[in-house]
Amino acid sequence: MIRVLVQPAAIDVTAEFDLHDAGGHGASASFIGRVRGDDGLTELFLEHHPAMTEAGLAALAHAAADRWKLSALTLIHRVGAMAPGDTIVLVLASSAHRAEALAACEFLIDRLKTDVMLWKRESFADGRVAWVEEREGDQRRAERWG
Amino acid sequence: MLEIAYFSWVRERMGVAGETVEVPADVADVAALLAWLSARDERGALAFAEPHRIRAAIDGAMMGPDAPLSGAREVALFPPVTGG
Repeated sequence: MIRVLVQPAAIDVTAEFDLHDAGGHGASASFIGRVRGDDGLTELFLEHHPAMTEAGLAALAHAAADRWKLSALTLIHRVGAMAPGDTIVLVLASSAHRAEALAACEFLIDRLKTDVMLWKRESFADGRVAWVEEREGDQRRAERWG
Repeated sequence: MLEIAYFSWVRERMGVAGETVEVPADVADVAALLAWLSARDERGALAFAEPHRIRAAIDGAMMGPDAPLSGAREVALFPPVTGG
């Protein structure tokens, strides 16, 4: 089962774990990315492409399912305005054994950062607003997967 | 006619989320489109002054600067993505 969502609503992590786990899996790996309140950040805004962001996530999910033997995969990205502590992204990957679940989970979050049409804008308490710059380390991590 | 969609600070500098344009016949690839938009007006010059900072997607697929525009329906222009 592959579940891919792009949504402005808060990600209900507990409900998504339950849905993903229905039926049970030998091994499940998860990644949760949250908004950090560093440097007085008050809002993180995620801009997206109305069609292509979800298509990009779906393409990555199918690439993972082709590469590893997975029994379930959940990939959810929130868009719009978020506050510190909010969940930005949830990745759940399950397989019969740990190696495939862990690898698929890491692949998905690494490649998502460089391949999917999403842009972060930060607003701070002092009024500063800035678009987040790409990180060289993210590019290197993504390229490891070929 | 070509649909162009702008995102992030490219959208802000262009002042619009997108536009439909008639590009000259000699504008054949992404790099040429960036040069044409940059030369067209002040906002284009501001948005595309540093073409190496611009990424492109043609009909949803990420493409390099030498990707041809022929057959494209929508070209999206944006800075490097920063999701996750």
